[in-house]
Amino acid sequence: MEFIILILSGVLFAAAIYNLLQKQLLRLIIGSVLLSHGAHLFLLTMGKLKRGNPPILTEGVSDYTDPLPQALILTSIVISFGITSLLLVLAYRTAKENDTDNMEQLRGNENE
Amino acid sequence: MSNLAVLPIIIPLIAGIILAFFPKKLTLVRTLTKLFIIGNLAVVSYIVWQVFNHGAIILETGDWAAPYGIVIVADQLSVLLALTTNIVAAACAFYAPYSLSDRKEKYYFYSFFFFLISGVSGAFLTGDIFNLFVFFEVLLMASYALIVLGGDKVQLRESVKYVFINLFSSMLFVTAVGFLYGTVGTVNMAQIAQRVQEVDQQGVLTTIGILLFFVFAVKAALFPLYYWMPKSYVVPNPVISALFGALLTKVGIYSIIRVFSLIFIHKIELTHEVFIWIAGLSMIFGIFGALSTNNIKLIIAYNIIPAIGFILMGIGVFNQDAVSGAIYYLIHDMVIKASLFLLVGTIAYAAGTSDLQKFNGLLHYYPFLGWLLFVSGFILAGIPPFSGFIGKLLLLKGSLAAEEIAIVIIALLSSLLILYSIMKIFIRGFWGEKDASFEPKSIKGRTAPVVVLLAISVFMGIGAEFIYPSVESISKYLLDPANYINAVLEG
Repeated sequence: MEFIILILSGVLFAAAIYNLLQKQLLRLIIGSVLLSHGAHLFLLTMGKLKRGNPPILTEGVSDYTDPLPQALILTSIVISFGITSLLLVLAYRTAKENDTDNMEQLRGNENE
Repeated sequence: MSNLAVLPIIIPLIAGIILAFFPKKLTLVRTLTKLFIIGNLAVVSYIVWQVFNHGAIILETGDWAAPYGIVIVADQLSVLLALTTNIVAAACAFYAPYSLSDRKEKYYFYSFFFFLISGVSGAFLTGDIFNLFVFFEVLLMASYALIVLGGDKVQLRESVKYVFINLFSSMLFVTAVGFLYGTVGTVNMAQIAQRVQEVDQQGVLTTIGILLFFVFAVKAALFPLYYWMPKSYVVPNPVISALFGALLTKVGIYSIIRVFSLIFIHKIELTHEVFIWIAGLSMIFGIFGALSTNNIKLIIAYNIIPAIGFILMGIGVFNQDAVSGAIYYLIHDMVIKASLFLLVGTIAYAAGTSDLQKFNGLLHYYPFLGWLLFVSGFILAGIPPFSGFIGKLLLLKGSLAAEEIAIVIIALLSSLLILYSIMKIFIRGFWGEKDASFEPKSIKGRTAPVVVLLAISVFMGIGAEFIYPSVESISKYLLDPANYINAVLEG
């Protein structure tokens, strides 16, 4: 199970990087969203994927689910959700003010 | 008692929230900002006094014992940096009303300002690597808002790039933390250090270390990852540039200091040797950038890169003198970069342009401003007896002891070029014929914060004997990770 999820997160990373290397602003945002999904999935896998066990460790319990990755992911999801919504607004305003959403034309010139 | 450690994070956070309720009442907001920042400065000073006299303060949040809960570790390095942060922030708070338009101030500048301070202090104080990521995001979120404040065409264009590069490195940070958690099974920095020590830092751990270095190097703007930095630091208002230049890149280099003096220290010949080369290249490319432009703001922004290079050089050499030098230089650079950004912002306002080719002879109208720039150039380049000199002296002494001759030569040459890049502003902008058609503007109130910051810088140079013992004790503390591990896990 871990192996499959790791490959999936690898695919997400690859798709993300491909999109991040594009020139259109919206594609860059999709790339960043995919990147965060890949990272979160990876983080989840790092705590081992198990089902049916409570996240409680007391004496005599040897089989338990690690609750920490879930806590970490929740934090990270909230953060990347916030940044993505900010990015969407930012990209919209940028495209509108600069009359283009092409990164090639958003480079700017040397002396300003 | 140990709750003291969280105050530098909580006070600015509460201040930011309170100020968000009445953004339009500018007089009230400005007064409250000054009160809050001075209050915070006083509290942090008290914490510094406590830590230097009675040892590190460790707060286990929610009373969860050390490796399980999040720990806030106020050790000597953290609190000293938190204090410097607050000094810089206070200077910026007093400068802001003169520099920002009312409209910008009304759009929650002061709230984001305090959130930024909160995030920076948090990143300095946390003892948990995932929590470090969270505080990075707190300060980045505030910086995203500050960098677009005003919403000019150029600002929007540069901030999109700024957000993307930081988002990318943040996601890599999460991945690196995932790797680290999968390998050592903890996110508490002290426990990570302990476990890495036990397995003698095997290959995979060094790889994770380099991944983390990459993340921090993006945030710290080191060679070859600095390309996003200069332009995006130039586009916002000078007071925001000053905050960014003084604090944000320094959080990145602080994380490198922390992680590579505590956790990944068992394969120094692999990791730290590379740092020395990266430091040298940062100095060379940073100073070339500064020399290549006529935009005075861009000159200062490019000057951040060699400064970060100097600090990294101390970590790379990794002996007592070099680490002392790195810490001294870190604190010196936070103060002087803030004052230079504020100063250059004032010059650009007074001259009406930031292009060096378009103004000259400012010395006839603003003699005081000219001499302030002259002195800051000396401080930045490290002319004795100013503070930059002490830091560089220690760094060079450490590097010579470690027989790293190449980096010593690069460091000395780039120091000279740093001096030239500042003197270029002085010679081209301040010397020359009096321009009869020029109408001087009032710069009342803008110089006072700069003077205070410069005075602190001068004191750090002349009063080095007073400060050096503390810096030396910090570097001794850093060079033996057992100090930190024992303080957190057994304290």
